[in-house]
Amino acid sequence: MRHVLSVLVENEPGVLSRVVGLFSGRGFNIETLNVGPTLEEGLSLMTITTLGDEAIIEQIVKQLRKLVTVVKVVDLTHLQKVEREMVLIKVNAEDASRAEVLRIADIFRCKVVDVGPNALTLEITGDQSKIKAIVSLLQRFGVKEFARTGTVALRRAMQMD
Amino acid sequence: MEKTGAQILLECLLQENVDAIFGFPGGAVIDIYHHLPSYPALRHFLVRHEQGAIHAADGYARATGRVGVCLVTSGPGATNTVTGIATAYMDSIPVVIITGQVPTPLIGNDAFQEVDIVGISRPCVKHNYLVKDVQDLAWIIKQAFYLARTGRPGPVLVDLPKDVLQAKTVPAYPESISMRSYNPHLEPNRRQLRKVVDLLRTCRRPLFYSGGGVISSDAFEELTWLARNLHIPVTSTLMGLGAFPGDDPLWLGMLGMHGTYAANMAVGHTDLLLAVGARFDDRVTGKISSFAPMAKVVHIDVDPTSIRKNVNVDVPIVADCRLALKGLRDEIMACAEASDWVLEHQSWLEQVQAWQRDHPLQYAFSEEPIKPQFVVEKIYELTKGEAIITTEVGQNQMWAAQFSRFHRPRSFITSGGLGTMGYGFPAAIGAQVAFPDKLVIDIAGDGSIQMNIQEMATAVSCNIPVKIVILNNGYLGMVRQWQELFYNKNYCATCMHTNPDFVKLAEAFGAAGFRVTKAADLEGVLKQAFALPGPVIVDVVVAEEENVYPMVPAGAALTDMLLV
Repeated sequence: MRHVLSVLVENEPGVLSRVVGLFSGRGFNIETLNVGPTLEEGLSLMTITTLGDEAIIEQIVKQLRKLVTVVKVVDLTHLQKVEREMVLIKVNAEDASRAEVLRIADIFRCKVVDVGPNALTLEITGDQSKIKAIVSLLQRFGVKEFARTGTVALRRAMQMD
Repeated sequence: MEKTGAQILLECLLQENVDAIFGFPGGAVIDIYHHLPSYPALRHFLVRHEQGAIHAADGYARATGRVGVCLVTSGPGATNTVTGIATAYMDSIPVVIITGQVPTPLIGNDAFQEVDIVGISRPCVKHNYLVKDVQDLAWIIKQAFYLARTGRPGPVLVDLPKDVLQAKTVPAYPESISMRSYNPHLEPNRRQLRKVVDLLRTCRRPLFYSGGGVISSDAFEELTWLARNLHIPVTSTLMGLGAFPGDDPLWLGMLGMHGTYAANMAVGHTDLLLAVGARFDDRVTGKISSFAPMAKVVHIDVDPTSIRKNVNVDVPIVADCRLALKGLRDEIMACAEASDWVLEHQSWLEQVQAWQRDHPLQYAFSEEPIKPQFVVEKIYELTKGEAIITTEVGQNQMWAAQFSRFHRPRSFITSGGLGTMGYGFPAAIGAQVAFPDKLVIDIAGDGSIQMNIQEMATAVSCNIPVKIVILNNGYLGMVRQWQELFYNKNYCATCMHTNPDFVKLAEAFGAAGFRVTKAADLEGVLKQAFALPGPVIVDVVVAEEENVYPMVPAGAALTDMLLV
């Protein structure tokens, strides 16, 4: 099962390789990984999505907590959360197809961030299923380039039963 | 007053009460060596290979419970310690490794003797540091020692670039340490302890399975009290030997691949397994699904990752082993209705004793060739368990574990998790440095001893009177045993019939050497060797194809032992 882990770390050299090395050294998977500084100086937040059964995830969480530079680990999987990824996608948009590409972009509330004579670059944010849907719709026009962040996620303020 | 990084480092070591450094100099650490004579309290022991330095620091740590210190130069000096760092990591031994590094402006330029030791060592240290600013040096050293010895202990490496060692500053030594990201959980949860008491009340066949954590947390007295007062038999891992008196009637011996019949049968039949400071290693459990199949499992460990890593646990207790066992004792003492533990466990203890009686450890004595088990028994008989025994790895290690008895923690020093050949001799040097008046004996094999034999020069030059007893069977015996039992006796690359003459080798190093070929001569030679004031090699020519039994074949259930 896919799990989303929120990992608060000391922002110091080598912390990323400690985390990544833990996954590779112990045979765990990383599906996506996102790192950025937090508002508190000296701390960074990593969002890691990973696959594994409950026992493996339990080990991953414990092993992460054991790293001296890791401050806090939260498994967001079973909590209510907002989850987003961002994709930049450069799609063929010849005269014949341009209107259709723009229509899809509109439906999915994408932003057009670059326009060329034969191509459009769209910025898409959403959870994994939304991104999967639009990418599969756009593929028939021909995707020239594609860049994607990993998942970032936050726990929702209100946890409903 | 301004001081250089090198001086600050040495003062930090003094503040950590370091009294021994095992090291080898080189270009990147000359500044440290330059100032070392000004700090006579920091005794330096010059090894002949950096692997010897790290193992000696590790042996010092295991013998004392204090942090061992190893000092080496950059590049090859640093990489030569990696096996020893991994050895300490696998067995949770507190060691601080100080490595030199090329000057910071050269880092990343493939400079002479440059290696990314922080990167290389990352998977086998508890933590490591690259010091980039001399201002950070004092707190990093303090943190390194703190991390090494607290929680689940382990090796911590500090990489020191040459320009940092030369830079000057007015040092500020931190008084205390607080780390928001590191707070080991030591106190046991009372509710969990009460669950254990409830299980103890209802179980009929309890068993203690103790490991290295009992030794590193100094829980010897608590474990012994509980076992004796509740009448619970005790088995232990290789790492836990010495955590319970080896002459107590409740002692079953080691469990696992080469465990005793009684210990492995007890695991197979217990209904309450009390695992303390052990981690359910594959050499201990055999086939994991058949391990303690009838038991509820209580697992006490300071490291949460150990719990439920290999087996499911009914009552997990994340805590320091000593505090947890002490808490358990308090809960039992506070019990309103006292149980009659003797009566409740009577039939179980009778069963366990029957297993011990029916299948004790055994071997067939012979006058010539000498049996290796006889040598270990004789050493025990002569030292009465008062010596510190170290071992190499393989058959010598298993026979030492089986046929010797250990009554005190820290009296048996061996590489358990990593199984590092060449460990025992330098570790014995470290233990002897810590306890100059004790008898320290390395029980070695003819293969293993050659892996760090160069440390004879260290022992002789520093007058460290370690006694090496080689069980010389002319083979890499444990691999040969597997080849015999599971690979059609295809003794490929295990024959050592072209061994050096160990007596002459000892003499060449300036030590004493003896050879024994007949059982009748053994006692006299060992007495003579143990009485000598310097290092000695005793080369005992033993039966070539003797095997270690019992043996649980890899992947088999613990109760499926080969007995002869």
